[in-house]
Amino acid sequence: MNSQWIAVIVTSLLCYALKFIGHAIPEIWLAHPRVQRITNLIPIVLLSSLVAMQAFTVKTKFVVDHRLAGIAVALIALKAKLPFPAVVVGAMATSAIVYRLKI
Amino acid sequence: MSVKRDSLSVGLAVGAAGVAFGAVAVADHFTVAQACFLSLVLFSGASQFSLVAVMSAGGSALSAIVTGTFLGGRNGLYGVRMAQILKLKGFKRALAAQLTIDESTGVAIAQSELEDQKTAFWYTGFGVYVFWNLFTLIGALGAKAIGDTSAWGLDVASPAIFCAVLFPRLKERKLLIASVLAFLWALSITELVPAGVPIISTVVIAALVGWK
Repeated sequence: MNSQWIAVIVTSLLCYALKFIGHAIPEIWLAHPRVQRITNLIPIVLLSSLVAMQAFTVKTKFVVDHRLAGIAVALIALKAKLPFPAVVVGAMATSAIVYRLKI
Repeated sequence: MSVKRDSLSVGLAVGAAGVAFGAVAVADHFTVAQACFLSLVLFSGASQFSLVAVMSAGGSALSAIVTGTFLGGRNGLYGVRMAQILKLKGFKRALAAQLTIDESTGVAIAQSELEDQKTAFWYTGFGVYVFWNLFTLIGALGAKAIGDTSAWGLDVASPAIFCAVLFPRLKERKLLIASVLAFLWALSITELVPAGVPIISTVVIAALVGWK
């Protein structure tokens, strides 16, 4: 079994376990304000660093390219309160156009 | 019943984003079977995208597992909330756990009546599940047919989706600070440490910013 399948299966099982534990534990366990603040922040920091990696690196090297245009359009669309599909499709179309113009 | 109709339309709209997941997974050298397995069993968008993203950036299976699992952690917190509303046991509880995601919880707690909350949870959960899986398969098969995924903007689909998920939550000052710090931190160390580390290490930022 290759490492991709290992990651796919193990993460799937762990994530299901987390969902199930949530349904089974008493709420008091997570009631401490500090625990709540930190657990609230964890998805924010992970997703923010993922944006940085996916939009501005190529194989761990810092790179600015056509993807910057796509992310810029996504942020403008979000600021303009456009619906979710418009944000994603707008970003993809812009990135693709800039990429093709360079070629 | 407008609760049912609203729940199913959320299911369709969110499920359609599964096309992006299927396409991105295949563009990042995962197989169609792996993409479908993730949507069927993991069934949590951010974790699925992050797992694929970490490994395609050269990260190890371990760093992909840790990142994906941390992102799945919030579903556990939703589970705590939903358990009080649903009050289930046995098989139904196990099924409800799998359907506990951002959307099913969000639509459920937006209702004022208890019965509507339950209805919204099940209809939104099942709706997203069915459409998310259907569209994952379509996206994965479609991406196989496309050669250069950058020419179709697929390399920016996943970060754009993350931006859309993050954006409404960054009105709170602490969340915005943590987001910017994590973004800059990850970029500043990416050339110095193994792939995956820039992402997982931001948990320290969450702990520091959230401490007080």
